[in-house]
Order: sequence, then C-alpha cells, then structure tokens
Amino acid sequence: MKIYPLVASLLFHCITTASAQIAVQADTLYTMTGDLKPLRNGVVLCSKDGKIERVGPLGEVNIPEGYRLLKAAVATPGFIDAHTTVGLSGILNLDRHDQEQLETSAPIQPELRAVDAYNGRDPLVQWIRELGITTIHTGHAPGALVAGQTMILKTNVPAITDPEKNTLRPFAMVASTLGSGGFGRGGKSPGTRAKSLAMLREHLLKAQRHLKKRAEAKEDEKPEPNLRLDAMAAVLEGQTPLLVTAKRHQDIAAALRLQREFDFPLILDGASEAYLLLEEIKAAKVPVIIHPTMARPYGENENITFTLAAKLHAAGIPFAFQSGYEAYVPKTRVVHFEAALSVAYGLPHEVALAGCTSAAAEILGMGNRIGSLQTGLEADIALFDGDPLETVTHCTGVIIDGKVVSKETK
Amino acid sequence: MHASLRYLTPLAILAVIAVGSLGGDENSSPIRAYVGAHIIPVTAPEIPDGVLLVEGETITAVGKRGEVAIPKGAKVIDLKGKFLFPGLVCTHSHVGKVQGGDGSSPIQPGVRVLDSIDVLDSTLEKARAGGITMANLMSGSGHLLSGQTAYLKLRDGVTVEELALRNKDGSMAGGIKMANGTNSIKGSGGSPGTRGKSAALVREQFIKAQQYRDKIAAGGDDPPDRDLAMEALVDVLEGRKVVHHHTHRHDDIITVLRLKKEFGFKVVLHHVSEAWKVADEIAESGVSCSIIYLDSPGGKLEARDLEWKNGAELEKRGVLTAFHTDDPINDSRWFLRSAGLAVRSGMSRQKALEAVTIAGAEMMDQAEHTGSLTVGKKADFLILNGDPLSVYTRVLETHVEGNKVFDLDDPGDRLWAEGGFGAGHRRLASGCCFYK
Repeated sequence: MKIYPLVASLLFHCITTASAQIAVQADTLYTMTGDLKPLRNGVVLCSKDGKIERVGPLGEVNIPEGYRLLKAAVATPGFIDAHTTVGLSGILNLDRHDQEQLETSAPIQPELRAVDAYNGRDPLVQWIRELGITTIHTGHAPGALVAGQTMILKTNVPAITDPEKNTLRPFAMVASTLGSGGFGRGGKSPGTRAKSLAMLREHLLKAQRHLKKRAEAKEDEKPEPNLRLDAMAAVLEGQTPLLVTAKRHQDIAAALRLQREFDFPLILDGASEAYLLLEEIKAAKVPVIIHPTMARPYGENENITFTLAAKLHAAGIPFAFQSGYEAYVPKTRVVHFEAALSVAYGLPHEVALAGCTSAAAEILGMGNRIGSLQTGLEADIALFDGDPLETVTHCTGVIIDGKVVSKETK
Repeated sequence: MHASLRYLTPLAILAVIAVGSLGGDENSSPIRAYVGAHIIPVTAPEIPDGVLLVEGETITAVGKRGEVAIPKGAKVIDLKGKFLFPGLVCTHSHVGKVQGGDGSSPIQPGVRVLDSIDVLDSTLEKARAGGITMANLMSGSGHLLSGQTAYLKLRDGVTVEELALRNKDGSMAGGIKMANGTNSIKGSGGSPGTRGKSAALVREQFIKAQQYRDKIAAGGDDPPDRDLAMEALVDVLEGRKVVHHHTHRHDDIITVLRLKKEFGFKVVLHHVSEAWKVADEIAESGVSCSIIYLDSPGGKLEARDLEWKNGAELEKRGVLTAFHTDDPINDSRWFLRSAGLAVRSGMSRQKALEAVTIAGAEMMDQAEHTGSLTVGKKADFLILNGDPLSVYTRVLETHVEGNKVFDLDDPGDRLWAEGGFGAGHRRLASGCCFYK
C-alpha cells in the first residue's frame, strides 16, 4: 500500500525543514527499560547527532520549538533481528548471483567475512526495514561446520565502504553448525556428529597453539598472519562468540561440552530441543537465539515446540528471536512476527517485545547502544498504528540514528 | 482426537465407556447447545452472545441468546468469552504425505493422490489442531498435470475412505492439479523446456480427450478401451472436475485463462503471486483465485513480485478469493494468520474471513454443506479463545460433522497443537510414552 498518513501528519505538524531534529510522541511508548511496561503518552526527543536526547511522559518532557513531531499510536525501539542472513541471501535465490550465505568448498572457513558479502540494496533489506527492523545480526549461514563470520549493522546501510563506520560490529561472531546441517556436501567430511566435533576440537587446538606462538614471539618475530586461525583465535580470546547452530539435544549438549573444554563465549542458535536441557543451559550461562516460531517441523526440527520461548523465559535463560535462514519461500521471515506467535504460546507480551529489542541487544553485546529508548542511546525508533505484534497492525514509520528512513504504511 | 477404537486396548475401551457414562464428553449427547460465545457465522452477521445448536452432525439453530429455544435434554456447553467460527477450509494442502505422478511423464491425469495419502500422518493431526476441517490434498507443481486431487473432511478415521468426500454419484470428490511456469519446466524426461512447449503439451492432451469423448458419445460397435487418463480429462471438459492450477507470473496466469477459454474447463488459480498485475483480466474471465500469503516476497523468481495487496485487489474486482496454506509452505496451524495479513493489506474483514471458510468451500463445490455456521449445514466448527484475526488467538477445539477431532485440553492433542518431543511422529496409538 502506498498511502502516506505519516506524510500528511508531517505536513500538518511540521513547519520546519526536513533536517530538523525529530520528536516522537506515542500514545503507548515502549522504552523497554525497567519493568518493560510502556509509558502512556510518551515522548522521545532525538539529538542532532542521532542519539536519544530525552525520554518521558508528555508534560515531563516537552517538545521544543522547531522539532519535527511524529505521532503514532505505539512506538518501540527499532526492532533487532538477532540472527538473519538478509543481505547475503538475496530475494532472487539464484546461486552465484545473490546467495552469498554459504561457501561449501571447505568445512571450516572462519576467515570468510560478512562485510565482504553484504548487499544492503537487496530488496529484502528494504522489506524488513519498512516493517520496523532497524538492526540485524547477519552473515554466514548455518550449513557448514564453520561457515564464516557474522556482523551487526543497521538496515539503512546500502554498502560497506568502511566496516568500522558502517557497522556496529564488523566481526560479531563465528557461525558454526553441529548435527547433520553442518555435514560436508558430496561425501566430504564431516559426515558424522563425532567427526564434526573431532574436526572442531582439532581446529580449536590449532588456534590455541597459534595464540601461544603469537604471545611468546619476540617483537621482531611475530608469526605470519593466518586469516583462518586468527579468526578462531578471536573466539578463544573471548572477543568474539562462537554462534553454534544446534537443533537436536545431543548437539546442544556437544556445544556445551566444547565450551567447557575451550572456555570461549558461546551463543546457542536454533536450539529446537533446548527444552530438554534447560538446567544445563542455565548452568552454563549460555544465551539462546531461538529458531523462528514458524520454523518448519521437519528433519532435525521435528520436535520443535512453539512454547520454547515461554519455557526459556520461565527457566530464566536469556533469549532473543531471529528470522533465521530460509532456503525457499518466504525468502526471509520477519523477526517480530515470530515473536508475536510465542505470546499465544505462553510468553508475556512485553518479554516477546524484549526478545526483538532490549534482550536481543544484550545478547549481541549492544545494549549500551541500541535496543531500548534511553538518553544517550542511538535514536532507532519504529512507529505503529496499534499493537506492534498484531498481524493487522501497520508499521507507519521508521527512524534510524534520528533520521526518518521509511514513511511507508506497511 | 483419538485413534479409532480399534487402536485401544480392551482396558482403555472400558475406561472410555466409564467416562462416557458419566457424561464427560458433550459429543455423546445427541443435542448440544453451545451458549454464550461470540458467533461468527461468516455468511450472516456476527452474534456477540449467541447460541449454536447441534443435533448429531448437523447445525439446527444459530442465533442470539434468548432467541434460540434450547430443547429439553440438550447438553448445554457454556462458551462465555469464546468465539465460534466455521471450520477452516484449505484449498491447497500437501499434508498426509500426499504423492502424485512420478518422473515418467509431465501429464498424468490417471494418477489419483487418494491412493497415496497416509491419514495417520502427524501432519493431519496438526491440520486439525490448526482448525482445518476440510482440505484439498494435492500433488506437487513439478508436472504440468500431476494427478487427481482429493477433497477430504478431516474426520477421525484410519482409512482415506473414511475421510474422503463423495460426489452425488458416489465417486470420490476431487479436482485436477495442473501447473505452469518454472516448476514444471524441466527440459528432460519428456518434460517441457519452455512455456510454449508447456502449453502445447497440455493442449495436445485436451484435444485427445475431446476426441475420446466424442468417440464414446458417437456410440457404435467399436467403443475405445477405457483410458484412465482420458476419463479424468473428460471429467474436466465436462465440468465434473475443477482444475486447480498452480500459476505465479502474470503471463502464466493469462496462459491459463487462454486454455480455459479454449477448452471450457472450470479452473481455480492457485498462488497467483502476480494477480495484482492482471487483476482486471482475472475478474473478466470469471475464474476464482486461491492465493497464498508469505511473510516476504522472493525465494524463487516467480514469487519476486508477490504482494500482500493481492487479496484487496481481487476483492475490489469481485473475484471469488480463498486462501490456502500450501502446507508445508505455511504450516496449517498458522492458517488464520493469512486472514490477518490480508486485512493488514487492505482486504475487508468480511472477505478475509470468507477466504478461509466459505470461499474455499465454494471452490471445492462443497458450500452446500459446509463453510459457514448455517442451519442445515454440517457442524464443522471451531471454538477459539479470541478473535480469528488476532495473532494471540488459539484454536481450543475443532469439530467435524459434530465430532470433536481436536481438543487442546487433551494432552495428546496438545502435542499436535504446540509441538514438542515426538510431535514429528505419525499419529500415536493410545497410551504412548510421548504424552507428557
């Protein structure tokens, strides 16, 4: 639909130029702070440099002269998709043209960078941006033992000319897949679960030796850079989490075992059968980026439950939602559509919202920049004409770094 | 809900009888009055505080509380705060491990999907849990014509015969699955390599069928041998079988309309990703559309231009429009979301609710007995805990012809509704270890 109530309201409310600072006023404002309860008639002021200047109920916070006022029934922090492949797995689904999410020439390739594979102009990036998603954790997909790197960036970045400036984190995680999803193609190793772990342990040991060598080397004898080992060394040094896609309970258990052995930051991905290992996951203090609620219940996902989010919440395990990777149609899922359904299956509404805002930011290590509406954080805001999780609700506007990036009613 | 009695141990049968004698199951009473729900009959205005009366397998009254007389001896079920909605009709589903033609040729009208369906598969239980009471089970789109489809009521049964709908002459009800565009273009094994060839192969078979029909009609001493493929195509030519035609791109849609004109068959366009580009032509041709809602476009070239506004654009032009799951593309348990997305993108609430019920029933020629909460129709209905367009709404019970086939309060049924360990298995016999 190409109707522009937001534009109309802009013309009505706004007497200043398009470059003016933005004020958002919402009947219901989800700041996603404290007890997660929304403010009634809340206001957010954006600063000139794209940060949040002030937040509070109207009256406590007044809208200064010269601000461009955007009104909405509901406003939230811009949504965060905690794990996707958008920008790498393009809309057309054509190999060698727009499918950059998986390279199958070798089982372990942590040196593959997401920043070198991203197309910010793919129509699916626009699709999710116009629905209210402002930040994505995207990159190499599940499908290889170690598929490559991921990154965190905003959905208004058309191209990565400067990884440090254009992304929130250019090297966010190393993506690994356990279980049959990570097996080699065409008879190549790994072909079993045991072999997968043997190969992974061997690689981690190599990276350990590489680190040791680097630490012990004299100033003028630094070892040659090794892209593959350097990437895995970052995991062992604790700078970069290993994102392990594991669906079956035995694969989740294997990931936890590996983490105990090598002591690296671990994030579980998918985790379809996590409900069988709640105590173990909690004890390991490992967060979970859960499979899309609407993931298809076949193969290693045959035992998924729509109640997983509610079960993790009840167990006190931090989790976030994701759109994941889709091989066919729909080419991408929409993270808050997935969160919404978990409410029907026992998750409190505000916790579902947190799973694609504040809690997602925390798991991605970005809680000090995005995911909630607080003074000093980046001004990423999504506007809606109703409950943001309801299917019939429209996203009516999207703001990234204090600038309007979508005026669609979608 | 439960496996048929033959699956139960004698002890379990005794238990069932004992519970039944206590009146625990309202379906054991011949007359049931569902009182106090918000009733959405779909073909009549909504009733905020209504009564639905069911006798045996038939709806005998629908109306406001106080205006419907509740017969003496009726079992009264209080549904205050709940919604009553017709059973959902899915015009395009692949549940039940359905299969059609094999790789031997692109056009196989003699193949019946009916002969392939596993009615004990968990996908049928999940469909019941999603509120689907009638479905058109179809083979895939990898052929120009992959077989005869099967119209099933999702009754509680262990053979496909128990589920199959029948035509007035006693034959199994169903249509014909056809496809054009990319999926059916393979360029090997007799399959077409281009769109032109696709249409030529189809045209050739329909001309043959016309000749076969005419030869039989002419009578004479030397009638042709029975030909299963030709018989099925004659059913199509004579309007006894509807063509359910997979088609996405605007030019492929127009090709279907051209073939329809040439051979005069009844057709429902399925998926119709680019319907919005040729909505006027679709309306003019008088065909109906069964469309799909996906959470994003793309994934295949033909779905690149899929738009949510398809429903609204077809409604504007008065085209009979239904939705489908295409399960496993959209799991049957999320079918009501399609109506939500349709309303989000400009379709009216009324037409969106019709599109998951009565419109599909009309396309399957079953509207006479199902698809709405109407006196005289079969008691195919759902008890919901909220409005059907809300994402938070759950199906609490599914009833087919007066029998409860899904009950969220039943632990076994809950597994089909929510998933969990064992939910991927075939339907389970009673007392199985997976119920937790």
